[in-house]
Amino acid sequence: MSSIPLNWYLIVAALLFCIGLFGALSRRSAIGILMGIELMLNAVNINLVAFWRYVEVDGLAGQMFAIVVITVAAAEAAVALALVRALYRSRDTVTVEEIDLLKW
Amino acid sequence: MTLEQGIFILASLLMLGSALAMVTARSMFVAALWMIGTFAGVAVLFILLNAGFLGIVQILIYIGAIAVLILFAIMLTPDVMGLKPGPRYTGQWPLAAVMASTLAAVIVLLLVRAGNDWHIADAAPNVTDFAVQLGEAFMTTYLLPFEVASGVLLVALIGALVIVRDE
Repeated sequence: MSSIPLNWYLIVAALLFCIGLFGALSRRSAIGILMGIELMLNAVNINLVAFWRYVEVDGLAGQMFAIVVITVAAAEAAVALALVRALYRSRDTVTVEEIDLLKW
Repeated sequence: MTLEQGIFILASLLMLGSALAMVTARSMFVAALWMIGTFAGVAVLFILLNAGFLGIVQILIYIGAIAVLILFAIMLTPDVMGLKPGPRYTGQWPLAAVMASTLAAVIVLLLVRAGNDWHIADAAPNVTDFAVQLGEAFMTTYLLPFEVASGVLLVALIGALVIVRDE
């Protein structure tokens, strides 16, 4: 039995998730938003692995789920950065307030 | 306080501190460097949770691939490097701060009230070679998720290439 209570992991993950949420909601740069989302995915991974370790240690589903989340995060980062690059080339900005074509 | 708890507290402080520095940094380049600190803290937590393989994957994929990719994207975009001055946040940042801190307060309050009332498995994992087990499970039980994940990666790779291609 580990000496660290499960609650500690959950609280730390919750705080990390909320910091990432703030970054994703408030940053002006599209890359800053992407970085906030990466933080949120990391917080979710901590929760998955913590629940796996403390509740379902005989199975592998928790670790498996975390690996799939990491895969999706990698794919997301690649596509999002490609979008940012294409946007910068065509509109000369990555500030989300100035990218408002779809608003009209 | 045991050694494990000490390491946990140190790693959590490093992680949350870097995360806060990341979302408040003025330059996106500095923010990306702080993000690496956050990822390293998460890797330490994985290793504390007996998931050593995931800890290594975290370092390889997040620090080695995603963080470096983001750094490249920042360096290729002069707008983000801070060469054009401007505020860090959009006008809605106070609302975002209120929302995020409210959510944090609610979750932490709930967790503290729940106490240690989880159905916790007492046993430590009786195997240590999770990498072997994970590899076998990926080829048997979890073959479909594995194939879907490879498909997603392939599509994302081709999609990213198509998007950035010069017309």
